Amino acid sequence: MIRLPTNHSFPDRLLKLFSWFCGLLLLFFFIYLFLDIARQGLSQITFNFLTTDPMNAGRAGGIAPMLVSTLLLLTLCLLVSLPIGIASAIYLAEYTDETQWFARIIQTNLNVLASVPSIVMGLFGYAFFVVALGLGFSILAGALTLACMVLPLLIRNIEDSLRNIPDEYRINATALGLSRYRTIFQILLPMAARGILLAVILSIGRAMAETAALLYTSGYVSRMPESILDSGRSLSVHIFDLSMNVPGGEQNAYASAFTLIVLLLMINITTLSLSRKIQKGAFSEH
Amino acid sequence: MSPLTRDRYLHYVLKFFACVSILSLFFIIFFLVTESWAIIESTPASKYILDDAWHPTDGEFFLLPMIVGSLFVMIGAMLLSIPVGIFTAVLWQFYAPAWFSSILERIVEVLSGIPSVVYGFWGIMIIVPLLAKFQAPGTSLLAGIIVLTLIVLPTITLVANSVFQQVNKLHIQNAIALGLSRFTIIRHIIFPQAKRGLLTGVILQAGRAIGETLAVLMVCGNVVQIPGSVFEPVRTLTSNIALEMAYAMDIHRSALFLSGLVLMLVVFMLILMTERMKFTSDNSL
Repeated sequence: MIRLPTNHSFPDRLLKLFSWFCGLLLLFFFIYLFLDIARQGLSQITFNFLTTDPMNAGRAGGIAPMLVSTLLLLTLCLLVSLPIGIASAIYLAEYTDETQWFARIIQTNLNVLASVPSIVMGLFGYAFFVVALGLGFSILAGALTLACMVLPLLIRNIEDSLRNIPDEYRINATALGLSRYRTIFQILLPMAARGILLAVILSIGRAMAETAALLYTSGYVSRMPESILDSGRSLSVHIFDLSMNVPGGEQNAYASAFTLIVLLLMINITTLSLSRKIQKGAFSEH
Repeated sequence: MSPLTRDRYLHYVLKFFACVSILSLFFIIFFLVTESWAIIESTPASKYILDDAWHPTDGEFFLLPMIVGSLFVMIGAMLLSIPVGIFTAVLWQFYAPAWFSSILERIVEVLSGIPSVVYGFWGIMIIVPLLAKFQAPGTSLLAGIIVLTLIVLPTITLVANSVFQQVNKLHIQNAIALGLSRFTIIRHIIFPQAKRGLLTGVILQAGRAIGETLAVLMVCGNVVQIPGSVFEPVRTLTSNIALEMAYAMDIHRSALFLSGLVLMLVVFMLILMTERMKFTSDNSL
């Protein structure tokens, strides 16, 4: 926040009025959205809803298979993307800087990858993982597609947290005769642990919100998945399907949307408290 | 293994992993091109804008309505969300009391993480019936614009806010010391410095808006036509892919991959624009 001197000229008042109008408009819409979904969703949420299978195409019953599928998708996605993400981030932060052409190519490449439209990612996942690799509509294919989507986010955030470690640590480690390998794995990575966790949480949020990329990769079978090669419907796809293809599914769609929002809120709160802790200077006391 | 050789191998291994992201982008483009090759080869580009209808199985590939639909929805959403987002950030940074700003911060941060499918669902439940009261059927270009505005608005506000925060504090302090008024400082010190950052953010959000799929699909009505008014239904390129991939075969599927490729290229060009802005004009301030 920047405190500017108050004055009451006409253009200033106009700007003030207009910005209050815009800000309140934004708040109005979103409070409306929240209250609506909370009011309609909360009443549906019971222990039963979270632990039973959907019935009658989702009009009745619960969302247990979707929760399991979502969990499987997220786990597999992170298992694949996290090692790649950490390794790439170490390479970018510790071995390159902005002036090198190769680093610039990777950075630009990450920018492009981060903004590939999700339906295009879905097309790619369908052509590559589902058809070419023969995985079929499966949770594994969906998770691999998601991994491609969250990779830029992971790399960016881990790279940032590595770059935020003061250079003294690297210089001291070198002066003590530590090899690069040990500097990275025994000093820098443990110091960046919180930042890595933050990156993981952000990625989970992003992956959980994803829908379009999953339609044609993990499919929308609403049975409980028996293995990672089974098709599985994520919570977000469930909301989409209920509201588009199932007349009378609105109440359960509200409840699913509410569940998804609560899960994302929990992630958001964790992220916020973590990033506050990081900002407070995790490196000052060591 | 001696520490030195281990260090050398480590470098190679890390470099290899860093190349995975390049590889995945390469694969994306490779698969889009190979899958759409059938139609690129057999159909002249003019057919996409000159054919009579979109009947891909009969060899008619009138993609123009979808292109127009995508552009209209995207432009409409940007026209609404850019001013609202930027002025909300102005309020947040310069006009609102501190307690209000911190509430705003929390809310906008939460909002930027809400899945677009939830916005789409809410659009179906609330916005479409509301619009239907004025003019049937409710599922329309306007509904798509409103929902897409809600989707990009939180991020635009966040970006604008962080751009305002990065404005040189010294310039602002000097301006205050010179006795410039609040409006003058915002208009003539802060906005000129924030211009490029805002533009970059807006371009990136435009890319996101044109790629948004399901929320738009849920509220736009998906009729293949060039809309005569904002109350008429439209179908976007992205919705077209999502709707027809389920049963598309052969050349039809190829046409869908081609529209994916086109989307990809549009986003690619938008990114290149922002990259150029980053690297070329750093000395213009």
